[in-house]
Amino acid sequence: MTKVFVPRDAAALSMGANAVAKAIAAEAKKRNAKVEIVRNGSRGMLWLEPLVEVETAEGRVAYGPVKPEDVPGLFKAGFLKGESHKLSHGLTEEIPYFKNQERLTFARCGITDPLSIDDYRAHGGFEGLTKSLTMAPADIVAEVTTSGLRGRGGAAFPTGIKWKTVHDAKADQKYICCNADEGDSGTFADRMLMEGDPFCLIEGMTIAGIAVGATKGYIYCRSEYPHAAATLREAIRIATAANWLGRTIQGSPHDFELYVRVGAGAYVCGEETSMLESLEGRRGIVRFKPPLPAIEGLFGKPTVINNVLSLASVPTILAKGGEYYRDFGVGKSRGTLAFQLAGNIKQGGLVEKAFGVTARELIEGYGGGTLSGRPLRAVQFGGPLGAYLPNDKLDTPMDYEAFMKVDAMVGHGGIVVFDDTVDMAQMARFAMEFCTIESCGKCTPCRIGSTRGVETMDRIIADVDREKNLEILKDLCETMTDGSLCAMGGLTPLPVTSALRHFPEDFHRPARAEAAE
Amino acid sequence: MTKFTPEVVINPSAGSETLARTICAAHDNRPDELLEIFHELQHELGYVPEETLPVIANALNRSRAEIYGVLTFYHEFRRTPGGRHTIKICRAEACQAMHTQQLCHHAEEKLRVKFGETTADGQFNLEAVYCLGNCALSPAVMIDNELYGCVDKERFDSIIADFDRGAAQ
Repeated sequence: MTKVFVPRDAAALSMGANAVAKAIAAEAKKRNAKVEIVRNGSRGMLWLEPLVEVETAEGRVAYGPVKPEDVPGLFKAGFLKGESHKLSHGLTEEIPYFKNQERLTFARCGITDPLSIDDYRAHGGFEGLTKSLTMAPADIVAEVTTSGLRGRGGAAFPTGIKWKTVHDAKADQKYICCNADEGDSGTFADRMLMEGDPFCLIEGMTIAGIAVGATKGYIYCRSEYPHAAATLREAIRIATAANWLGRTIQGSPHDFELYVRVGAGAYVCGEETSMLESLEGRRGIVRFKPPLPAIEGLFGKPTVINNVLSLASVPTILAKGGEYYRDFGVGKSRGTLAFQLAGNIKQGGLVEKAFGVTARELIEGYGGGTLSGRPLRAVQFGGPLGAYLPNDKLDTPMDYEAFMKVDAMVGHGGIVVFDDTVDMAQMARFAMEFCTIESCGKCTPCRIGSTRGVETMDRIIADVDREKNLEILKDLCETMTDGSLCAMGGLTPLPVTSALRHFPEDFHRPARAEAAE
Repeated sequence: MTKFTPEVVINPSAGSETLARTICAAHDNRPDELLEIFHELQHELGYVPEETLPVIANALNRSRAEIYGVLTFYHEFRRTPGGRHTIKICRAEACQAMHTQQLCHHAEEKLRVKFGETTADGQFNLEAVYCLGNCALSPAVMIDNELYGCVDKERFDSIIADFDRGAAQ
């Protein structure tokens, strides 16, 4: 029986992985070949999806991107024995893109069957939780503090401090909320993990529950991720049946129940207090802080809110120790980040590396430059609320502080590449437009400022009182930055001002007839 | 695609109030499960009919205004019946870097609708979406719950043709 791996990750499915799996099964039957098809997560080399792997004595051999019509040829070439073929990339683990990564959080993603607990355990799964079950809650918190882990959702708040606040709070009920509302364009790492290694998130949340004394957890998954939500629900069912969730976990005195809640297309619900409102069945309107959610969060109870990848980093930290994790990275940015190469890029995908790798190394070294082959002009880091940087800033090391020095953010690790066809004035306009669409409406700078921002950008693009309107735009950005209640309005000016600073020429082009679209 | 067929006349919400009541009860009439309730209603009926709102309000012990407020806050929920399939084209930055604007324009022409509208034959709703998490394989499109990557004009046409033939996965 030869094991053939065909990913079930949504990105692989989007390129026809199901049809490929079907074709392999059909061809195997026709040839009387004994094949077991495993639907794994994605390895993260997304330009090769569907990436089919065959298990051989030497290791797994990769073929991709495979189309259903390639399948007979693959069989003919002897791919079940790992023989060469024009789509072959040799041993998966030896592909430089994969080999040179430092996979801590995504250690299992793409390797295991995401819904097999046996597979999960065979690859180190539940080691962190098993250890946690024997530890004092305060010691678990201390281990996470030692690791230096900071919130991977983008805000980079130290996870250990957040946990300690909830740990110290006295309440009859506490909650763990996982923010899986990964709405930033250019990011897909949360989705990949939820689809490719859901038990890892479950384990991280359970450890968090034990650490702070929470017995219930919610995963707030965006509705644009139906595959992730379905995988999580199934994984929770399996983990509960195996007593890794539920009452008296593995015979310990600890209980932890986990629920999946699906959002409904509101970007702002990625803001933590807006997410809490949504989880309580209300409009996703941002709350004032204080009180901090760690003191008064979900249903008014102390709540840990962490991003998917923060929580998914916890099992490794507990299994291998906070110091092991802390030894990766630079300065105050410890551990690894799952960088996501997206947009106009030849080799798009997920690259987990220790902090400190330069943007250029990621974009040119891993990504291979633009897909169009045209010169790279701008890169947006950290999602739609992140800055655009020009080519000459790409030698900045990817760490939280170094990026702040160039007025940018690392954020969730999303990297969106644009070639020289991009019009940065249009991108600045879009940043404002996006804010008008997604603002929750609670505070004026965000709600009205963004609308005025679009209008002002339209005038600038159409060359109506351009210099005057550029001044208005700068003033507006300042008001939004300083006066908005949350990061939605507060950071919308970042892409705008960075575009203005680095690409001023785009704001001074002659007006086109159709300039305002 | 252009011919109006009688099958699109959706008989709105016969029994939708009963359905709403049943769904609320299945959620123990918990107000925090309102989004889930809307999702299920929309899954069953294709949209959330107006007349279900008082029923839900009553079941969850919330005001009608609150229920209405929640429904209208979220982009995902439809308040009017739409087509059989919903096409969502990503218009966010990563897809823009791969010229999703051209794809959007093409889709509008091909389907003869604007974003937010339903084709004349009731086959498709065309909607904009901001990120489908497939940013390395842009432009991305989602039809119902199926995700598509690297969608250029030709791929878009062939996917649409599959749906029109009823041969979609």
